[in-house]
Amino acid sequence: MILVQAPVFNVQLLLDGLFIGATFALAAYGLALVWGVMNVKNLAQGDFVIMGGYIAWWLGKQGIHPLWGLPISIVVMFGFGWFIYVTIIRRVIDKDLFTSLLATFGLAIVIAQALNLMFGPEVQTAESDFAIRQILGVVTVAEIKLLAFVLCGLLALAVVIFMKKSRMGQAIRATAQDARAARVMGIDTDRVYAFTFSLNAAICGAAGALISMIWVIQPFYGIAHSIRSFVIVTAAGFGNLPGVIMAGLGLGVMEGYSGFVLGAEFQQATVVGLLLLVLIYRQYQQRKLRQVVS
Amino acid sequence: MTNYVIEVEDVSKSFGGVVANHGISLKVPDGMITGLIGPNGSGKTTLFNSIVGYHPIDEGSIKFKGEEISKLRVPQIARRGLLRTFQQTRIYSNMNCIENMLISIPHRRMKFADMFGEREDRETMEEVERLLDFVGLYEKRRLRSGDLSFGQQKLLEFAMALMNKPEVLLLDEPTAGINPTLINGLIDRLRRANEEFGITLFVIEHNMRVIMNMAESIYCLAHGEMLAHGSPDEIQNDQSVIDAYLGAH
Amino acid sequence: MNKNFSFKLHFPILVFGLVAPFVFPGLQLQIATLWVMVLFALTWDIMGGQMGYNSLGNIFFFGVGMYTSVLFQVGQFAEIGAYTAAHGGDNFTFTNAQYYQGLVIGIIMSGVVAAITAAMLGWTVFGLRGPYFAIGTLGIAIAAGELMGTWEWVGAGSGISVPVFPGSAEARSLLFYFLCFGAAVLTFVTLQWIYKTRFGLAVNAIRDDEEKAEAMGIHTVRYKTVAWSISAFFVGISGALFGNITGIIEPLEVAFPTVTFGIFMVAMTLLGGKGTLWGPVLGAILFHTLKEVTWTYFLGWQWVALGVLIIINVVYFQQGIMGWLIERFPEKFGIVVEEKEATR
Repeated sequence: MILVQAPVFNVQLLLDGLFIGATFALAAYGLALVWGVMNVKNLAQGDFVIMGGYIAWWLGKQGIHPLWGLPISIVVMFGFGWFIYVTIIRRVIDKDLFTSLLATFGLAIVIAQALNLMFGPEVQTAESDFAIRQILGVVTVAEIKLLAFVLCGLLALAVVIFMKKSRMGQAIRATAQDARAARVMGIDTDRVYAFTFSLNAAICGAAGALISMIWVIQPFYGIAHSIRSFVIVTAAGFGNLPGVIMAGLGLGVMEGYSGFVLGAEFQQATVVGLLLLVLIYRQYQQRKLRQVVS
Repeated sequence: MTNYVIEVEDVSKSFGGVVANHGISLKVPDGMITGLIGPNGSGKTTLFNSIVGYHPIDEGSIKFKGEEISKLRVPQIARRGLLRTFQQTRIYSNMNCIENMLISIPHRRMKFADMFGEREDRETMEEVERLLDFVGLYEKRRLRSGDLSFGQQKLLEFAMALMNKPEVLLLDEPTAGINPTLINGLIDRLRRANEEFGITLFVIEHNMRVIMNMAESIYCLAHGEMLAHGSPDEIQNDQSVIDAYLGAH
Repeated sequence: MNKNFSFKLHFPILVFGLVAPFVFPGLQLQIATLWVMVLFALTWDIMGGQMGYNSLGNIFFFGVGMYTSVLFQVGQFAEIGAYTAAHGGDNFTFTNAQYYQGLVIGIIMSGVVAAITAAMLGWTVFGLRGPYFAIGTLGIAIAAGELMGTWEWVGAGSGISVPVFPGSAEARSLLFYFLCFGAAVLTFVTLQWIYKTRFGLAVNAIRDDEEKAEAMGIHTVRYKTVAWSISAFFVGISGALFGNITGIIEPLEVAFPTVTFGIFMVAMTLLGGKGTLWGPVLGAILFHTLKEVTWTYFLGWQWVALGVLIIINVVYFQQGIMGWLIERFPEKFGIVVEEKEATR
């Protein structure tokens, strides 16, 4: 087996896994926000990511460097998120959880199909024309991947600082803890929810823009990204940012390994398999405490 | 020789770092009404939850009619004849009262095939109507249970418990939130359930007038531990109990 | 609220079903699909509407039934590995007797195997509530599609073709039409009966308050498993039939179509009103008819329209048609409503 014979290959897989995993972690962080603050399980998460990716890719096709897609998709997706909140999310927040799940699933279908109609079903990558370096003779590191990794970290840091220092950030955290108390204190929870959802959309857009440059996008890849975010948040718990980061990076590495060892066809199955494992494990844990997963 | 249906020995339960119950021991005698009191946060509901198997205990033993039940699950314990009502009344809100009662038949000897039998056989329906009448809900029997008033729902929950033919019924604050004028009616029904149907009652209560009148023996918890035990008179005059309530925060 | 409203719809629908293939011979396939849709909605509703376990992956049993059936149809008379390697075709012919025997056993086994699969899988997902259950089941369905696509023995990505029908195309179309219709009727009749039994009450109790049901001694695990097995049984059979109609079974497109049929199941039931007996039927009829009529007009945007429909339904019209009717005319459904007292 090549992994054993050429241990340096492991480094390659590891690095690539980490690079892509960082984007997974970023998107998952957005889901954790929406989940923790509004208790909305957004099944359109992955489609927001793909949308961000297509923004960057499309800019590239217009002659603008896709790296500009990062700030642009952040802004565009923020607005899109606000629009979606006002038209859909606001009305399902206080209904039962399956309702919000199904509503976002409907949204996922709309986005995926619309993207398919607009851009076609081919798999795309946004050309970033960055150099590819060789390290240790065998390991290749694309500079864009390294850059994306760093940008992911910076973005996550920016969000964390925003949540801690800004007034909106504090309002968000207060609402997450106790919405009624927040309202009593004069916080406009509706606005907080709108902002949180839009922020999530923006984060997804950013992750998507990066993914379009370091990996691939395709209109129907959204559900896979949604599942990834779910796996990460379920495994780490939504209050746990370091856990989300670790889980995201871990997932990226695991996918890379399974894609290499088992074959590319198994990559989707791996994500789903991990999802089931995580859910089963949680059930097992809860059963020991004799409570149900809810 | 008194027969004890529930024997709790040295039971402890913590949640995370919070100790809810510590070293609690008590015995519930068969056929009588026993009370459980204590200031808020003393661990009464946690103890109930432990007894009915809602969560596992950290230490100790719980016996029901001599059988160790601390490792059993809720449905298994319920089918053995140990039932509880909830602090926040729980019923099947989308079904009407009759249906709520019909599904509350005892399931311990329910064979698989029985479940596919007709639900409204004459014997069962007579029982349903009798019990609904007993709690005063006969006229409302076809209403959707979710549409009943709070007090009516509590009565329905009680009727459902009776329908299940339990040997022991744990009642968690049965008079909470009930209009004071209706409390006597409720107490009367509880007494009759005990005397006529022979159901042992173990009751958590905050209403002192009610519990002192109803119970023959009372346990008092404070800060997760057993504080005192005795007859209503003894408990009412117990200084540590008085202190616990007055100083409770 | 779980009364069976004895619509006078039984008769016209039955007549329509029996007569339609002769009156509209060109639409036999579409109407057969309609009956499959009705079956989908009814079986989804046992879990979602009646029991409160909203599954996004019930389509999993569709694929299980489909593959099971074809494996039995072929496997009784030929070696499957060789069959898939040769992509069916001329090397493998079956006598009439073999075909029909294969079909009958295939259909029966599709239901049985699907039901057993449900019973065995129950432990993986029944500890999950609400959205976790939905996503977990969705995961199972997606995983199955992906994994079947890698299994060489059943044809991997290219799939496996069903034995050829020994007869005319008209006869084949008619046969499978009536099989689909029969399956839908059987499903309806079975559920109508079940919902009148204690089992039906238990399922509703689990929906309304599962912890309360446990606290009252109800064997919730047992009944959840049985409900899912019943649901799976019928969906499995529909898979067997549809696989035979389609001809070639591909894992992602045909057997485990999670984003099409899988979601239709939910959309149709919501449209018609979940938790009722007729809701799924009406929803399926309306959905499928609307879809067939308007699909081609959308010029590619039909899937977007479907997504929008789901959103609107979920957000604005949660109760569905039956739900709305029951709210407006409760007395017709045997529900008693009391005048509210002014103060209490």
